[in-house]
Amino acid sequence: MKKPVVSVKNLTVTYQIGHSLLGANTYLNAINDVSLDIERGSFFGLVGESGSGKTTLGRAILKAAPISAGHVAYCDGEVEYDLANISGTQLKDYRKRAQLIFQDPYAALSPRMTVRDIIAEPLEVMGLTKSREETDARVREIAAKCRLNLEHLRRFPHAFSGGQRQRISIARALVSGPKFIVADESVAALDVSIQADVLNLLKQLQDDLGLTFLFISHDLSVVAHICDHVAVMYLGRLVETAPTRQLFAAPRHPYTRALFSAIPSLDPDDRGKAQKLEGEIPSPTNPPPGCKFNTRCPHATDICRSEEPKLEHPGDGHEVACHRWRELLELVPA
Amino acid sequence: MTEPLISVRDLTIRFTTDEGLVTAVDRVSFDIAPGEVLGLVGESGSGKSVTAKALMRLNAGNTRYDEKSSIILNTGKEKVDVLSLKKPNDLRIVRGGAISMIFQEPMASFAPAITIGDQMVEQLLIHTEMTKAEAKEHSIEMLARVGIPEPARRFGQYAFEFSGGMRQRAMIAMALSTRPKLLIADEPTTALDVTIQAQVIDLMKDLVDEFHMAILFITHDLGVIAQTADRVAVMYLGELVETGEVRHVIREPHHPYTQGLLNALPKLDNLEAALTPVPGDIPSPLERPSGCVFHTRCPVVFSDRCTQENPELLKDNKGRLVACHLVEEKGVQAEQKSMTKATVKPGAKKKSGTKKGKAK
Repeated sequence: MKKPVVSVKNLTVTYQIGHSLLGANTYLNAINDVSLDIERGSFFGLVGESGSGKTTLGRAILKAAPISAGHVAYCDGEVEYDLANISGTQLKDYRKRAQLIFQDPYAALSPRMTVRDIIAEPLEVMGLTKSREETDARVREIAAKCRLNLEHLRRFPHAFSGGQRQRISIARALVSGPKFIVADESVAALDVSIQADVLNLLKQLQDDLGLTFLFISHDLSVVAHICDHVAVMYLGRLVETAPTRQLFAAPRHPYTRALFSAIPSLDPDDRGKAQKLEGEIPSPTNPPPGCKFNTRCPHATDICRSEEPKLEHPGDGHEVACHRWRELLELVPA
Repeated sequence: MTEPLISVRDLTIRFTTDEGLVTAVDRVSFDIAPGEVLGLVGESGSGKSVTAKALMRLNAGNTRYDEKSSIILNTGKEKVDVLSLKKPNDLRIVRGGAISMIFQEPMASFAPAITIGDQMVEQLLIHTEMTKAEAKEHSIEMLARVGIPEPARRFGQYAFEFSGGMRQRAMIAMALSTRPKLLIADEPTTALDVTIQAQVIDLMKDLVDEFHMAILFITHDLGVIAQTADRVAVMYLGELVETGEVRHVIREPHHPYTQGLLNALPKLDNLEAALTPVPGDIPSPLERPSGCVFHTRCPVVFSDRCTQENPELLKDNKGRLVACHLVEEKGVQAEQKSMTKATVKPGAKKKSGTKKGKAK
């Protein structure tokens, strides 16, 4: 079997959030004991509400958030890195191989730089090209791949619409020739009509350039269409992970089911049918005991309130962390 | 038929800018009946928010309303010609009196250094006869009504102490505490998680029933529209291209733009289906296309009429209005209707490439 591009083992990301004179510091576990593998060439989806730790996980994999415990291994066939203990030239090399596409195309581009300079900046900073001609050639090549009009390279970002700007940020992320891309809510700020265009572009680039994507999104319908594997997070924990089709056909965790149910249906006759999730995600500084979802779960029992469920591996690739998932499958069929 | 609560006719809004006169909204007409939820859909730049703000006269100082434009608000007691209001005191009726508004980003809509409670009380003192004590009591009641736990404690807190969903609830409580006849909701759930969005939508539906209030619901999410609105109006580049019952429009969209918006949505019941974007980008309002404004992106442009002649909004037998030459020629029972861009002369219909310098 191929080695996964990114292999996360028992990752914990901890932030210190308060000092006390008596030495009793408070800590916040943004990511708690998460393990997952991202296979080469896959489009891996990561979903969950705000505050579930999706972005922190993406950043930890890019070595942009502290890895407090556990391991993250990167392996693209050419190099292998242990990201918990990486620095110096290795880290510099890793930056070329793993890139990030941001959410807001309006905030991500400097208004004082031309599109050409924006896309060329990583090449110059990383010293990937030797001459200006080489830089220009590379910028043109990648701009064409991202369906940018070459005439536009001389303009400034303010002249572009949201969809075009997002294509510029994609070009910037791809110019260093990365193998692994984290796309953090990359279509959330776009109109639906443009969103489909950017998604199709990402998919096409994946095929052309042999990329592996970690696609972070709160929009399940987008994830369902573009990803081949999905992981669901809640309060810093992985609660369910499965191949997309399997997950959407038969979600096992009550939280995943609630997320599906909350997507507004296009059928006006479905009004009021959605199963509503009460309350909000608890604060990570003060997580509830037991299963972190028990405060909002309609099926919570005593064991859920006292004991935290482990991620179970039933052998079909569909992992779930819930004490009662087997019962629930029969009790409340999805 | 009951009289409409608010009646917008031939609303044309231009902005004077350094680059010339920019048309943001072009001859838009619609009615909202009491207790009705009208969904207003369209991409960024389609003029949704500008239209909604016109109802409260919230557009900036460089706004020019066309002479023919009219907005009539019928409060039951009197009819108010919104566009003719001048003095700040007269404007109060549309700014928090009979019309309230909630915004997309609740963090930006609350003053950060004043408690939520003080902000709620302040507007009650302006718009109602309540005393300070009554206003406080009423505000706490409203906070409880929108599902905020411990409303009395929350009353004394600041916006940053609320979560995103809470802030939007508090915003709704504040907007409804003066009992407006019309609530303008500008993308109220866009910044929220799906689970919280579902809660807020539910709350708004309950409140419509309870207060018998009309809502102008602005969003780009057709799913949200399907779940909330009675009627839907689709805007593109400042023009209304299709309006009708939400069931008809979503199940059987006539206008190619509405069809495009629906096709671009990822659907959960068919994961195989390819995502079809609406090709191209929305043109800049400085360079409005001639003819049908959508022809630059339309997949079914069929004749010179599309590129030269701006289509009328025509009504079919189900009461739906569509502005498209193709729909018209296919004979979707078209009949001239009063609520259209009726009085436009053929000469004026042809829009030049830009509106630059066409000062009035």
